[in-house]
Amino acid sequence: MLGQLDPVILARAQFAFTVSFHFIFPAFSIGLASYLMVLEALWLKTGEGVYANLYRYWLKIFAVTFGMGVVSGVVMSYQFGTNWSVFSTKAGPIIGPLMAYEVLTAFFLEAGFLGVMLFGISKVGKGLHFFATCMVALGTLISATWIIAVNSWMQTPAGFAINAKGQFVPADSWLPIIFTASFPFRLVHTVIAAYLTTAFVVGAVGAWHLLRDRDNPGARKMFSMAMWMAAIVAPIQILAGDAHGLNTLEHQPAKVLAMEGDYQPSPNGAPLILFGFPSNDEARVRYEVSIPHIGSLILKHDPYAPLQGLTDFQREDWPPAHIVFWSFRIMVALGFAMLGVGLWSLFARARGRLYDWRWLHRVAVAMGPAGFIAVIAGWVTTEVGRQPFTVYGLLRTAESHSPLAAPAVAASLIAFVLVYFSAFGAGTYYLLRLMAKAPERKEPELPNLPQRAAGITPAAGVGAPLTAGE
Amino acid sequence: MISIDLTIFWAAIIGFAVMAYVVMDGFDLGIGILFPSFSIGDERDQAMNSIAPVWDGNETWLVMGGGGLFAAFPLAYAIILPATYPLIIAMLLGLVFRGVAFEFRWRDAGHRALWDMAFSLGSVVAALAQGITLGAILQGVRVENDAYAGGWLDWLSPFSLLTGIAVVIGYALLGATWLIWKTEGTSQRHARRLAFWLGLGTLAALAAVSAATPFLHYDYWRRWFALPGVLLTAQVPLLVAICAATLFWGLKRDFERLPFAMALALFLLGFLGLGISIYPYIVPRAVTIWDAAAPPESQSFMLVGALVIVPVILAYTGWAYWVFRGKAGVHGYH
Repeated sequence: MLGQLDPVILARAQFAFTVSFHFIFPAFSIGLASYLMVLEALWLKTGEGVYANLYRYWLKIFAVTFGMGVVSGVVMSYQFGTNWSVFSTKAGPIIGPLMAYEVLTAFFLEAGFLGVMLFGISKVGKGLHFFATCMVALGTLISATWIIAVNSWMQTPAGFAINAKGQFVPADSWLPIIFTASFPFRLVHTVIAAYLTTAFVVGAVGAWHLLRDRDNPGARKMFSMAMWMAAIVAPIQILAGDAHGLNTLEHQPAKVLAMEGDYQPSPNGAPLILFGFPSNDEARVRYEVSIPHIGSLILKHDPYAPLQGLTDFQREDWPPAHIVFWSFRIMVALGFAMLGVGLWSLFARARGRLYDWRWLHRVAVAMGPAGFIAVIAGWVTTEVGRQPFTVYGLLRTAESHSPLAAPAVAASLIAFVLVYFSAFGAGTYYLLRLMAKAPERKEPELPNLPQRAAGITPAAGVGAPLTAGE
Repeated sequence: MISIDLTIFWAAIIGFAVMAYVVMDGFDLGIGILFPSFSIGDERDQAMNSIAPVWDGNETWLVMGGGGLFAAFPLAYAIILPATYPLIIAMLLGLVFRGVAFEFRWRDAGHRALWDMAFSLGSVVAALAQGITLGAILQGVRVENDAYAGGWLDWLSPFSLLTGIAVVIGYALLGATWLIWKTEGTSQRHARRLAFWLGLGTLAALAAVSAATPFLHYDYWRRWFALPGVLLTAQVPLLVAICAATLFWGLKRDFERLPFAMALALFLLGFLGLGISIYPYIVPRAVTIWDAAAPPESQSFMLVGALVIVPVILAYTGWAYWVFRGKAGVHGYH
């Protein structure tokens, strides 16, 4: 039975599963590292103990998250070769070095500064410790930059030549390879997304504890900070997303048309399809509900601007519209919901009721996971929208895979699902246990656990509040 | 000309990363393999404490090896990984389980037995998969048109199972000798007893693998036994005999560090022997390091980063080992 499944579909499912699971952790740790940097800076500037307390509270959570990100990241460095060997051979000379730099950056950050950040405040003094925190935050951003460079090159390849073996090789300079057309837009959109994701987790934890005790100073401070982020950054993210969309329309029009469900060209302005079920087979959206001209208004900033349709492109170059249509809508809807919470919090703040409006807090708790869902939906949109290519327009997915055997891919996919859900499920449970504890007035420091050689501590500090609290 | 130099340089860097990984993660995987034989309580806690500060740093060399192979020798990466597909996946999953179990066992005393089992099982699976992978590469994989052309179970053979078991036993020896160094009292006595039998086992496994390898291919045979090369290659088994004798002497005379040093030396010699067999191939008898090399622009671009960062990592690793140089107690390092 397994033999009848298409091994390429299974390989894609496996990659999608492992990379989606992996990205959950960095999406949080990128934002959290910067948040910790801000907290420590505020503590050093104002001397207010609440910031130091919050720093210690979130540092424990950061350690667990970062560790799980590393463990799931090790898997990714082998996924390219096991399932996508042709892609690895052909694109390796270009993306291999970029990924190697990501590994080296991560090493550097872990080796140099994470250990100090986690365990060193009493050993190295405030100034040096703050420097270590800043370096960790910077390291997560550099790491993200390399990975986004790899992904952007696959979306909008540039700066390459093709050698006699059919490999993509650098043409002369590495700069056009790193700074491709979609790179700046994607980087900004991804990093802001990580910040928003973190803001909503922090906001949810703050709101959760406000619902229990609205005088808890730590909960008040973290909720207030998170809501400022939501109010300020959510609109910026919507603008950044719009710019990213326009860039995609320029370089990957078929992706955007699939996201919009625009099969037929619209010479007098495209509608905005709110709801429907796109079908590539029928080349139309079933049960379509749409508003005329708004599609062109969004994509061209002019309601009467003509827009192409998918039928203007070769049928075999269409991405699976039914997936990206919906993943895109999930992402956008969550983005606007975040904006709504941000505006609501501004209103509550203006009325002096930020810490009193129970429904605001309940909604903030419910929105805690919103960032993760939006981030995954966004990646699904851009990655599925890149189909049917791995290197856009140049190398097809159907020609990128390894010589695969369906039973091997299926069995390993099942094994990944089981192991990830049990191992990372346990880790997530420990994280939630940490978050369920209210920030104390004097948050304990990380216990003096043995320092790690590379500073990676999958669960360091998880036990600290448990033993301290019992 | 410059590309040839770079390629050898990168082969050396990756060889170094793999070697660093094998000896460093080898002893902590070995402790995982031996874990069920330690009594619950102090003995297990001591064993865990002895590797807690260093194991994850050890494991990062694996990422380095994989990432470096992808970047510097994409063709080799794209042939070896599909050829050993189930082994690589099993190894990664074993390492995931083991990595989280490592920390969770401290945090969740109620489920400690479960996490201990995950730790041990993950270690055995990872070590076995690594050993079988080695055998699979040595025995050769079918390559056509620069791609793996075999089935998904081609790696399975008596020879690869032999190398799998050999690596498990060898890692266990590294683990036991590490514990002799790092623990005291009953733990140390237990480790010493284990090390004696594991030393015998490792030698037997090494002999079996060495005896079988030259029969895999005539090239290996010629490399090892033809004149004048034999004058050089014969030094390897000679050194193995010396190191093994020193290992047993050290165990008998209650030396604390010598056994670990000799176990490491045995691994280095084994690695050297592999190098003699394989060079200049990266996928034996199919793809040489030059066939598999990324273009010089790619290799030189990465070299800049590697030259800066690898020494930093080495310095930091050395420092971490120095900080935790004493005996590991029940509650961490003294």
